Amino acid sequence: MRTVRNFTKGIIRENPVLVLVLGTCPTLATSTSVINALGMGAAATIVLVLSNIVISALRKVIPDKVRIPCYIVLIAGLVTAVQMLVKAYAPTLDESLGIYLPLIVVNCIILGRAEMFASKNKVFASAVDGFGMGTGFTLALFLMAAIREVFGNGTFCGIEIPVLAENKISILTMAPGGFMVFGLLIAVVNKIGRHKPQKTDFGCQGCPQAEVCSKIICSDEKEAEGVD
Amino acid sequence: MTKLIIILLSAVFINNYVLSKFLGICPFLGVSKKLNNAVGMSIAVIFVMLIATAATWPIQHYLLDPHDLGYLQTIVFILVIAALVQLVEIVLKRYIPSLHRSLGVYLPLITTNCAVLGVTILNNSENYTFIEAMVNSLGSGLGFLIAMVMFSGVRSAIEGNDIPESFRGLPVTLVAAAITSLSFMGFGGVIENLFA
Repeated sequence: MRTVRNFTKGIIRENPVLVLVLGTCPTLATSTSVINALGMGAAATIVLVLSNIVISALRKVIPDKVRIPCYIVLIAGLVTAVQMLVKAYAPTLDESLGIYLPLIVVNCIILGRAEMFASKNKVFASAVDGFGMGTGFTLALFLMAAIREVFGNGTFCGIEIPVLAENKISILTMAPGGFMVFGLLIAVVNKIGRHKPQKTDFGCQGCPQAEVCSKIICSDEKEAEGVD
Repeated sequence: MTKLIIILLSAVFINNYVLSKFLGICPFLGVSKKLNNAVGMSIAVIFVMLIATAATWPIQHYLLDPHDLGYLQTIVFILVIAALVQLVEIVLKRYIPSLHRSLGVYLPLITTNCAVLGVTILNNSENYTFIEAMVNSLGSGLGFLIAMVMFSGVRSAIEGNDIPESFRGLPVTLVAAAITSLSFMGFGGVIENLFA
């Protein structure tokens, strides 16, 4: 039962992209087409599952003080392995993902899960958590990419859709469309989800930088209150 | 010289890291609420981008490439950047405490900022010379600064408006970012024609 919950929380309740708002950079950049989105999602999921397994297995060995650098080295190693596999077996995907493939290293979701879950839980639970989060990430990417590709390019996975292909809204596949679709999707999730819109407008829970970041944002709010 | 100017201007305006390449979105959305924070963060980013490029370019060209170790790029670069940021923080704290007080809080945020790792990897994949790489890093950092400053202005205009409940917070910020990014698309093609 707990296993199922560990898996499903990543997909809906704690969806890393639409609810926790982590990993925004790859989400916006690679959701221009469905194929790219699925490729990015798969690559990130593999890295996420493996990094959760390795970090969870080593959680008693890694000293607490240098844990973040250790995690980064482990994750970078895994990303390099995935990068070489993609280069060898899917060179076209490698070309279209470009710089965003090595940038999985600095994806907040992966470091965030390592810090929040894998460093405190057993290996199997961590693997399931990583797989659930990865699936949630992939689904959110797929959803965004489907909207952007169908309406922006009139295609789905490269197959043309009759009416839409003649009436493209091509701005959707460009940068502004990414921000716009992402904003609208989060608004829809806020509307559907019964949870109240977050108080701080940028969900940093789970990001390893959250502590520092919230210091800046909190000092902001305090000053604003002072002025009021 | 013309090439350097073109690299600089297109890094600032056309290939703006935040608004057209989606690198460094986290600080763009997280720290752009107030102008002075936005400026502080951007200056720290420019600073780290420059020293990161100055460190990683020689490593790539004199260490990794001659020994056929190109595949180690990701690991080496992220380690070098993380170590550099730590080092800079220590040096600033010891010798220029006033600068450390204003930038110090932003430095740890930058270690895992994709814009910094991104610029070092792109400098390599574009085959820039050392000078070109430094100019490109400077341009990318300046582009980040401009986007942050503009966007903090946009955000202060949003505040205090009556926004539908489900759009409050992040969604309306993202829609505003879309419009800001739209305005930057107007620069497309300008730079090439400027020197044609």
